[in-house]
Amino acid sequence: MIQASHWYGLNMPQRLLLLLCMLFAWSEGMAQSVDAASGTVKIAIAQEPPQLNSMKATDQVSIFVLGHVMEGLTRYDRRGNLAPGVAERWELGDTTAKFWLRKDAKWSNGDPVTAHDFVFAWRSVVDPNTASEYAFILYPVKNAEAINQGNMPVTALGIEAIDDHTLTVTLERPTGYFIKLTAFVTTFPVQEKFYQARTEQYAADAKDMLYNGAFTLDSWVHSASMEMRKNPLYWDAEAIKLNAIDADYITADTRARLNLFIDDKIAYTQLDGETYKDALNNQFRIKKFVTGSVYFLEYNYRDNRITRNKNLRAAIQAAFDPEEFVNKVLQTPGNLPGRSLFPTWIQGVEKTFREEYPPPEVKPDLTRARALLTSAKQELGLEEIPPLILLVSDSPTATKQAEYMQGMLKTRLGLDLKIDVQTFKQRLAKMTSGEFDIVGAGWGPDFDDIMTFGDLFASWNLNNRGRYVNPEYDRLVRVAMNSSDPKTRMDAMSGLQSILIEDAVMLPMYEQGVIYLQHPKLKGMRRTVIGSDPDFTYARIAP
Amino acid sequence: MLRYTLGRLLSGILTVWFIATATFLAMHAVPGDPLMNEKATTPEIRQNLAKKYGLDRPIPEQYIIFLGNMLQGDFGLSFTQQNRKVNDIIRDHFPVSAALGILAITFAAAGGILWGALTALYRNRLPDIIIMFLVILGISVPSFVFAALGQMLLVNINQWFGTSVLPVAGWGSLAHMLMPSLVLGLGTMALLTRLMRSSMLEVVNEDYIKTAKAKGLSSQRIFFKHQLRNAILPVVTVLGPQIAAITTGGFVVELVFAIPGLGRYFVQAVQQLDYTVIMGTTVFYGAFLVLMVIIVDIIYGFIDPRVRLK
Repeated sequence: MIQASHWYGLNMPQRLLLLLCMLFAWSEGMAQSVDAASGTVKIAIAQEPPQLNSMKATDQVSIFVLGHVMEGLTRYDRRGNLAPGVAERWELGDTTAKFWLRKDAKWSNGDPVTAHDFVFAWRSVVDPNTASEYAFILYPVKNAEAINQGNMPVTALGIEAIDDHTLTVTLERPTGYFIKLTAFVTTFPVQEKFYQARTEQYAADAKDMLYNGAFTLDSWVHSASMEMRKNPLYWDAEAIKLNAIDADYITADTRARLNLFIDDKIAYTQLDGETYKDALNNQFRIKKFVTGSVYFLEYNYRDNRITRNKNLRAAIQAAFDPEEFVNKVLQTPGNLPGRSLFPTWIQGVEKTFREEYPPPEVKPDLTRARALLTSAKQELGLEEIPPLILLVSDSPTATKQAEYMQGMLKTRLGLDLKIDVQTFKQRLAKMTSGEFDIVGAGWGPDFDDIMTFGDLFASWNLNNRGRYVNPEYDRLVRVAMNSSDPKTRMDAMSGLQSILIEDAVMLPMYEQGVIYLQHPKLKGMRRTVIGSDPDFTYARIAP
Repeated sequence: MLRYTLGRLLSGILTVWFIATATFLAMHAVPGDPLMNEKATTPEIRQNLAKKYGLDRPIPEQYIIFLGNMLQGDFGLSFTQQNRKVNDIIRDHFPVSAALGILAITFAAAGGILWGALTALYRNRLPDIIIMFLVILGISVPSFVFAALGQMLLVNINQWFGTSVLPVAGWGSLAHMLMPSLVLGLGTMALLTRLMRSSMLEVVNEDYIKTAKAKGLSSQRIFFKHQLRNAILPVVTVLGPQIAAITTGGFVVELVFAIPGLGRYFVQAVQQLDYTVIMGTTVFYGAFLVLMVIIVDIIYGFIDPRVRLK
């Protein structure tokens, strides 16, 4: 009897299997994705963070980790509002900013975080020898651009440590959103002494970094796991409820992550079109989030390109139905039809920009599209429009979208599209050299201001790969750049939005939404369009 | 034997040099700029990066520098993980791939020899037909299908038990390795089964088997002592290259099971045009493959003295 109960009534092969499994059993393997008692949450990350040097990081995963283990002058609170970080308070003048640093902000080695740590980091960011891709984030600071182009010494940068706890910044021009930039990774402090002791090796491993955030990186096994622990020296440690964030799995495979979620090994995972149906079948509660990125088609405006013809672009615009595109092609819920270069979340003067300045409406109209195409042919002096080259990346979603465009334009307008599928680097090379007529592009915000999208088609912007040049557009960008009055800035941006739509400068396709699963006991995980997403800083686990 | 071994080693070194040169040329012929990223950078920044990686020099000079560094065993810094040395990447991640590969090849060899012998024994009867059908499946179905199915199976097992008996993914213990190495070894197992079967059938008609039968030996004794032992030789031959193939070909399995192996770096480097990692991993794997072939050759020299005399 005792024996039978001991074996839970299993038959022989089952017993053997159980024995075998117990033999191999891995103590931590039994742990679940959330544990209220120890305050642990387990997650998977999509890839090994390529760059944990905050001065050089540009990718999502690195920014995700850095946002948890480091902190800038300001930060985002649990509701997503800008809040004091290392800086206790600040004053923003027209072209100056002054920060008072808290005295209890510490590095993980016990040293205080001082104003000098910011001076060192900011100077390094704009130093052309650092070759930081995000140096432009600091361009509002006096002389930053000139230094970055190698025309001035780094010491000319408009940042000064008055003493250990007072920092003053001189700006190039009035920048209303400057304070928001100080929450971004590129502006995080770095201790010079620690950095110089490591140089190339800095941030290569968990021990090669100093932390001043809510968590510290306790262990980092490359491509295998990253374990973050609550930082006892963090000035606001009382507000932090989680003790550990364990990224025990590093894989880009969404199905593997869904399997881990089903097995209760991770508490959060993003879904794609393929795993969406399985998640539905498992009757999980699916959550939605708009990422803040917009996807669109860009045209080539270089000489001799027929996409320079406005009526041709307008014809494509009139034939395209973003609503249909989102429902038919994207197939996962959460995406919004593209109406403008500016996504819906962008702030206007008081409400969202979309509410205050709705973009000119474009109704899909086939008759108008065909009429526009006829005039385009007349203007170009062509019987038929030659096949247009649509350059896209080699991801399955990008090719699917391109095929939709190809079919749509063929049946509705009789236009031929040649799809040019290229790998990541080769697509970038072709975009830069202008080997395309139309290119599939996307843009995510770098900072929390309309300008992160607004200057994209300015003639001087290197990301304006189609070389669109419009003096009026440039003028409006400058108006918004040089003013700190919200109304003036938003009026200018609205004017620019009208140019983009009325001249069919680009074709907005969709605003990206993602769907994800979250453990019901995991509370307070904040999704955000700017910075570290998802943000576990103020998360907690319900008992 | 010494001359034979030295000869093999010398041709091995030449092969590795050839692999390195061919990869270097092919890599630079691939269109695209390794220093270009989603966010456009100023020409000054690009220039600085080019200087850091020595890409501002002419290609022949880059080649000479690369060869010099390679001889010293230094592959430089990665392009995508700018603060990690390629040597560190290989040192950290090859052991993982190797451990997985060894287990996989053990599964494959044990399975291949067993199933191969069985099919030959039951030639054209039901067990033979069933196993050979599975073999064709094993060869033709790509490993990402097996990987996904294997992982699904683990999830179902865990759900059935109501607790985690086997980890679904991750790395750290033998339990983590079981399913991935089984999946990784399946293709090779199928290949070895076929090889073993044909080899067994060939041996059956040899004179010494007839002699053994004529001597009146028991069929078990003939099978184990004469047939199996002789038939296994071709399997040993392909085992060397297969070990290399398995330890390099684990990209999909590593991705699905979240295993920190070198295969992921190998494939991602090509996608990202990470020049230093491409060169480092390719030369390393190339050398590894060559070494495996040499080892098999030398072992063969011991097993079959005729090889040495040729």
